[in-house]
Amino acid sequence: MFAMQIDKTIDARGMACPGPLMNLIGAIRQGQVGQVFEVLSSDEGSKTDIPAWVAKAKHELVEVVQDHGYTHFVVRKAR
Amino acid sequence: MAAQVLVLGGGVGGTMCANVIAKRSGGRAHVTVVDATGIHVFQPGFLYVAVGQERPSALQRSEASLLRHDVRLVVDRARKVDPAAKRVILASGRTLPYDELVIATGSRTVMDEVPGARSAHDFYTMAGAVQLFKALEAFDGGMIVIGVAGIPYKCPPAPVEFAFLLDDYLRARGIRNKTEVKLLSPLNRAFTIEATSKLVQPILAERGIELTSFFNVESVDPMAKTVTSLEGETVSYDLLVLVPPHRGQKVIEDSGLGDERGWITVDKNTLKHEKFPDIWAIGDATSIPISKSGSVAHYEASVVADEIVAAIRGEAAPTHVYDGKVMCFLETGQGQATTIRFDYTHPPVSPRPARIWHWGKAVFNKTYWHTVPQGRLP
Repeated sequence: MFAMQIDKTIDARGMACPGPLMNLIGAIRQGQVGQVFEVLSSDEGSKTDIPAWVAKAKHELVEVVQDHGYTHFVVRKAR
Repeated sequence: MAAQVLVLGGGVGGTMCANVIAKRSGGRAHVTVVDATGIHVFQPGFLYVAVGQERPSALQRSEASLLRHDVRLVVDRARKVDPAAKRVILASGRTLPYDELVIATGSRTVMDEVPGARSAHDFYTMAGAVQLFKALEAFDGGMIVIGVAGIPYKCPPAPVEFAFLLDDYLRARGIRNKTEVKLLSPLNRAFTIEATSKLVQPILAERGIELTSFFNVESVDPMAKTVTSLEGETVSYDLLVLVPPHRGQKVIEDSGLGDERGWITVDKNTLKHEKFPDIWAIGDATSIPISKSGSVAHYEASVVADEIVAAIRGEAAPTHVYDGKVMCFLETGQGQATTIRFDYTHPPVSPRPARIWHWGKAVFNKTYWHTVPQGRLP
């Protein structure tokens, strides 16, 4: 598992695109700079959408890990 | 003794659900609808009011005229649901008991959640749509920006449809060549559904509507006439149209029946509350991951009506559940439209835009009053 502390986990498994990304955006909107968010998504579209949004919004994509049937994304709010 | 069925909200879902329960229960239910205004509003028409294609009066009828004679209407606002005592307290202080409760209170728009956004126009309320059309009539060229200030919002295709209908309006007035139209999308495509976005994006380009992706509106500066995104971009405008942030009704928050945004937490198939087996929720009011639209409320109302009638009759719960079915139209301008159909297991499909879908939407909208509220459309 991840060594860093996760401030909030968004379990979006089973949600269709763009639910997982929108939940992450909502969490980051409410969160503080430096907080770390974990998103679990089983949606294929998340694999491109989440990294693309994190890059555009200039946050930090800390980790992407493939698990059984879903993907873990770890994102730090950078600004 | 007949069961007391209480329905909160006289919109698409609440009205249809009440009528169908009264009809199918064979006199074993006393059905009551509580609605804050007693006026039924056809919200999909706001889009057309905003571009001068519909009159506000054509979108409203008395709720009583749409309910069966054996459904009682109480014009009052639900203030609190007390699931332990199985009763609802109204704003007037009156209390209504229930055996089965259907919550169809919809959503509310909260533009004030975004700093400065109150200065923007919107077409998510009747008053907003009327004001927006007035502003368009006074507009004689410049930059029109359309953005989204929060997800989820009602009718996901609406901002794209508005962009297309606006383009038609500006062309008809002969000021399209003096006007830039910019659509700011919170996603990396025109709207939530990828397949339909692929279909409409080339049409946006063809009409000269500029699409900016990953623009989640964070604040508006009405003095500088700029809108800034969560992603750090700033765009200037002369006329700003925003989809407001939405949340559930206050009664849901005050009754502890929902999540932190006031969306009622129900099972996505049975639509039954996750904690209270005699409470159901339908339409925009729920937290389920599906479009907030009249179409969803319509399909859900039928499922919940069947479940409640079975419960009243002491029969086993029906085997059919809500499968995530959505069917809606998307105007693409110049007299054409497409449709979007999907459910939880089938990805969305959209045909090529054609005149027939535009007319299909127009016919549906005009005949709505005689079909959907009465449960005449499956």
